[in-house]
Amino acid sequence: MNARALILAILLPLSAQAQGFAGLGQTTDGYTLPRRGENLAFPRDHGAHPEFRIEWWYLTANLTGADGRDYGIQWTLFRSALAPGNPGEGWQTAQAWMGHAGLTTPGGHFHAERLGRGGTGQAGVTTDPFAAWIDEWRMDSRAAPGSDPYAALGLTASGTEFAYALTLDAQGPLVLHGDRGYSVKSDRGNASYYYSQPFYRVTGTLTLPDGPVEVTGEAWLDREWSSQPLAADQQGWDWVSLHLAGGDKLMAFRLRAEDGDYTTGTWIAPDGTATPLAPGSVTFEPRATVRVAGREIPVHWRIALPERGLDVIIEAVQDAAWMDTTVAYWEGPVTISGSHQGRGYLEMTGYD
Amino acid sequence: MLLSLQSVGKAYVSGSTRVEVLRGIDLAMNAGETVALTGESGSGKSTLLHLCAGLDRAESGRIEVAGRDLTRADDATLAALRRDAVGLVFQQFNLIPSLSVAANLAFQARLKGSDDPGRIATLAGRLGLADLMHRYPEQLSGGQQQRVAIGRTLAARPALILADEPTGNLDEATGDAVLDLMLELVAEAGAGLLMVTHSPRLAARLSRRVHLSGGRLA
Amino acid sequence: MRRTALSALLSHWRRHPLQLASLLMGLALATALWSGVQAINAEARASYDRAAQVLGQDQLESLAAADGQRLPQEVFVALRRAGWLVSPLVEGRWSHAGRSVQVYGIDPFTAPAGALPPPVSESGEITDFITSPGLAFGAPETVAELDGAEGLPRLAAAEGIAPGMLIMDIGIAQALMRAEGQVSRLLLAPDQPLGRTPLEQVAPGLERRAPQETADVAELTGSFHLNLTAFGFLSFAVGLFIVHSAIGLAFEQRRPMFRTLRALGLPLRTLVGLLAVEVMLLALVAGLIGIGLGYVIAAALLPDVAATLRGLYGATLSGSLSLRPEWWLGGLAIALVGAGVAAAQSLWRLWRLPLLAPAQPRAWAMASARGFAGLAALAAGLAVVAVIAGVYGRGIVGGFVLLGALLLSAALALPGALALALAGAERLARRALPQWFWADTRQQLPGLSLALMALMLALSANIGVGTMVASFRITFTKWLDQRLPSELYVTARTEEEATRLRAWLEPQVDALLPIWRVEGPVLGQTAEIYGVADHRTYSDNWPMLLADPDVWARLARAEGAIVNEQLWRREGLSLGDPVPLPGGAVRPLVGVYSDYGNPRGQVIIGVADLVAQFPDLDRRRHAIRTDPAAVADLRTALVQDFGLPADNMIDQQAVKDISLKVFERTFAVTAALNVLTMGVAGFAMFTSLLTLSSMRLPQLAPVWALGLTRAALARLELIRAMLLAALTMMLAVPVGLILAWVLLAVVNVAAFGWRLPMHVFPADWLWLAVLALAAGGLAAAWPAWRLARIEPATLVKVFADER
Repeated sequence: MNARALILAILLPLSAQAQGFAGLGQTTDGYTLPRRGENLAFPRDHGAHPEFRIEWWYLTANLTGADGRDYGIQWTLFRSALAPGNPGEGWQTAQAWMGHAGLTTPGGHFHAERLGRGGTGQAGVTTDPFAAWIDEWRMDSRAAPGSDPYAALGLTASGTEFAYALTLDAQGPLVLHGDRGYSVKSDRGNASYYYSQPFYRVTGTLTLPDGPVEVTGEAWLDREWSSQPLAADQQGWDWVSLHLAGGDKLMAFRLRAEDGDYTTGTWIAPDGTATPLAPGSVTFEPRATVRVAGREIPVHWRIALPERGLDVIIEAVQDAAWMDTTVAYWEGPVTISGSHQGRGYLEMTGYD
Repeated sequence: MLLSLQSVGKAYVSGSTRVEVLRGIDLAMNAGETVALTGESGSGKSTLLHLCAGLDRAESGRIEVAGRDLTRADDATLAALRRDAVGLVFQQFNLIPSLSVAANLAFQARLKGSDDPGRIATLAGRLGLADLMHRYPEQLSGGQQQRVAIGRTLAARPALILADEPTGNLDEATGDAVLDLMLELVAEAGAGLLMVTHSPRLAARLSRRVHLSGGRLA
Repeated sequence: MRRTALSALLSHWRRHPLQLASLLMGLALATALWSGVQAINAEARASYDRAAQVLGQDQLESLAAADGQRLPQEVFVALRRAGWLVSPLVEGRWSHAGRSVQVYGIDPFTAPAGALPPPVSESGEITDFITSPGLAFGAPETVAELDGAEGLPRLAAAEGIAPGMLIMDIGIAQALMRAEGQVSRLLLAPDQPLGRTPLEQVAPGLERRAPQETADVAELTGSFHLNLTAFGFLSFAVGLFIVHSAIGLAFEQRRPMFRTLRALGLPLRTLVGLLAVEVMLLALVAGLIGIGLGYVIAAALLPDVAATLRGLYGATLSGSLSLRPEWWLGGLAIALVGAGVAAAQSLWRLWRLPLLAPAQPRAWAMASARGFAGLAALAAGLAVVAVIAGVYGRGIVGGFVLLGALLLSAALALPGALALALAGAERLARRALPQWFWADTRQQLPGLSLALMALMLALSANIGVGTMVASFRITFTKWLDQRLPSELYVTARTEEEATRLRAWLEPQVDALLPIWRVEGPVLGQTAEIYGVADHRTYSDNWPMLLADPDVWARLARAEGAIVNEQLWRREGLSLGDPVPLPGGAVRPLVGVYSDYGNPRGQVIIGVADLVAQFPDLDRRRHAIRTDPAAVADLRTALVQDFGLPADNMIDQQAVKDISLKVFERTFAVTAALNVLTMGVAGFAMFTSLLTLSSMRLPQLAPVWALGLTRAALARLELIRAMLLAALTMMLAVPVGLILAWVLLAVVNVAAFGWRLPMHVFPADWLWLAVLALAAGGLAAAWPAWRLARIEPATLVKVFADER
């Protein structure tokens, strides 16, 4: 029984696993491509873009429990078009949805995955009011009428051993990456639309096998959609979102390819002013690996951005934050030390 | 001592009557001796022979064959004795009907685990069976069948040969020829022979004669 | 020593090849019939299991509507959004133009881990699978059968899917079965997330059901397979009689050899051990031959079995047979056990035999009054068991215990009864030759009795089963006439077309009767619920077994329900008892009707009553009453004027033909097994006579010497065999009739739920008697011919040898 092969087939309709990590480097016949200079508009672009092949609502939160311990959660809804042109209705709707939820504690890591299709109401995204859901997992807007729907969100997810219910309040504006939200991913021009809301204050409850834990903390929401975000030879990425002491935030990523890495990111000032980083200005240096799920995973990094005087070490709160889902990857909270202090999230894909 | 019987007794119970077949039999035989056992029909000759062969058990007394005590031996020991030390020649020829003459000749030696093709060939020649080796018992005359039975016994080199009217089923001329041959071969082999016969003429040809009458030896 | 002795023992078979052949053939035939039946059963079981395993239904709990009807798919979405990990399944039958297939619609996105059929999960064509026209996976034979069928999705052959089944996406399946927006069941994933809303709040009216460990069809067909097994066992028992007699004979014949071997110094323990090894070797060889033959038999019978199961139960079997260890190992084991049982007595006797006991094999053939008395006592004991099973036994197992005890008892009583009859004849005979003939026949009985018992079993089984089948055929044909009074049956393609069809037909025909039905749980099992119109078609024809006087009027007034015989018997209902319908309504029982060939319970209520309770039911099928002469024109008009495809209508005669065909095929297997059993019994006679003939020379030679020619002796031998066969046949008739009665009144009721009136067919017995005489005559022919041609010298030799 190879359910994994099926689900990959669902998410990657052209069965092109060789095409970059998770097929994100596939060709794009029939799908819309991101264009530089296109202005994003809200709340419209909070919703789904079915004419693009792939899209996600990706939220990570660094939390501190009433017990004083560090926690992290992830909530992601992926949308994948099975065929261009958004054909079919009901069961035949060619939009597949996948939810991932993760909960990391200093002692362990929980994860869950859901699949569904869009035409029946099992999963989807609406803009007015804003809601994104798959099964009972939900991300709902709780913002006051007239304000940005992302200004306040409710968030729930559950698995067989864990659940969480959180309230998120944005303390700053939306942040557009790259060129007004047009984020370049390779030297050959692969790109996506990419914006974030990195300023959430979080309160809520985690349900763990030992009982509920009240938590507070900070969260970061990423929104990204594209039809071919990666170049065909890019095998994976290392991505960080860092909440630095003092209110600055850094989003940076390294896309790994055979003929050289592509690194870039965004420096976000406490008032939300975003400065795109020139490709290559930020460096990623793996310091130590651990063996997770049969692979060598670098959970200890040195990240340097000389133009901002940043030279930090980041370390995983929990080495085993492995998302053993259909498309498997590492995603977990990290602590920051060195030139700057703070905490954030690290995502690593394509380590086979 | 090849064969020794001391005060051997045997009785059969038939209905409510008990028939004492043998009482207080004493007999001793040395290697190389040939002894004729004579007596009336029903005098217990065959019973005595069966006791010596371990085919039946005595009720009293003691029987030893080649130094082995048969009185208290179990079935397996008796079977081993018959295989190793004793050779039997019956009035009925008791060949194995589904085996060829050659296979019958070699049979007891093989059971004993001492098959000697050279000896079989020599015996077959002496017994006049050389041309009949591939026949089956049913294709032989009575004299030929008894010669096969004698050959089978001798091939296994027993110390003691027990024969029960070996020529009883044969006409006189054939019987004499078979007996001559048997005595000659027994002498060559240096074995002892105890032969039951009701014929004084045949008994006279053996080295010694004992007579069974009224359940006692005379 | 062991090897020398074993080769001497085995040399017996080289000199008696026919005896060896009869032993091997007997055991091989017995094993063949048994393992053939088991092979069929195993194949069926595997098919049922595979059907039950679709989507892991044999492992997973499910949710379904309490009334057994489909539920709206919104319930699925509501449950998912309330935190219940459920996966929808829509199930139904697709039929078109005489081709029919079970359709499973699944949702690959939500199917629990490991529950997806591999062909689906391994296929990369997910877009093709979920979007029109869809992609359906089926067994290669199913796909081949459906080749060219219109309206189905693209078909893909895949191994590992049960035959007769198509697996496709739920959306495609809903459209195919016109069940848009509906699901049949929801499968529950084994691990559920935390914090779910209670089920009653999200979806009231759903029932949680345990995993289906066996498919419905496995339960429905259970009695059919038990029937087959019983027949296989009967054949095996007949075969064992042969083996027993062949082994017994071989032991008796070798008694001089055993004595010689022991005199030459082979210990008894070794001798018995070697003989046991010999029996095992023979059993192994025969078992392997038997398994090969069994495979051939099963492969030959499988198409009929498959057709029966499909026609009667809608269960589809794989058309090809695989070598499954559960039956070929079982076949080998039963060959070994059978040979062991057959040899045990002989080995035991040898173990107890004094070394100097007489070595003549005559004992085997010696008449033994004491032996017959023992058999008769055993027969009486078994007869008591049979009576007890008949009075107190319940269900199909009780029925088979009764059958088994009855047959064995009759078989065991046979030699004694024959001996008595022959002794009587001997006393009546005045002249010398007849007197000798009767005495000699009686003396031969022990040697022949096992073969005659086998013949007796075969004959009674033949009479019993033949009577049952013929009784069933008469009843069934009459019943079909009552049950199918309408001249034409039509099915519209859509509900909308059905409405137009009703309006179009109404003015042209005498009556238009709806054939509308739902399925749902009634008294704990899935049943069909039909609605009938208030029309004299039913009051005139319907095959009622018992009924209130105003039964049809009460149905029309929604004041009652009638049920079929099987439901009535199963639940022990009486008129007036409440019949709870799916969905909660209760109607009093006002009648019971016979419903042959239907494995399920059935309820009939008024059509208005049905529609009121199940407003969403399928209303596309109708029966038409009209002048039979007008049927042809009406069909033409329906096709040409109305535009209904010809495939969507079927006339009365065609339905009857199909039903009768199903019926005939149901019993084709039984008939084939019957013939094979007869063959085995005939073979037993033959080998017994053959071996007896070689041992009988000492008895025949004096008669020959007294002036009877060899030809006359041979004639007498032939007559003797036929006489014994005829006597056996005479005794088999009453046994067969009792057997038929048990089959009709006990086994059928337990297995199928209906009881049939018994009809007797003496002409068939005559035919069977001829067959039995032929079997006896044929079996005796060669031995008799050999006797007629025997060299006088051989007879003379008897006197020379005899001492």
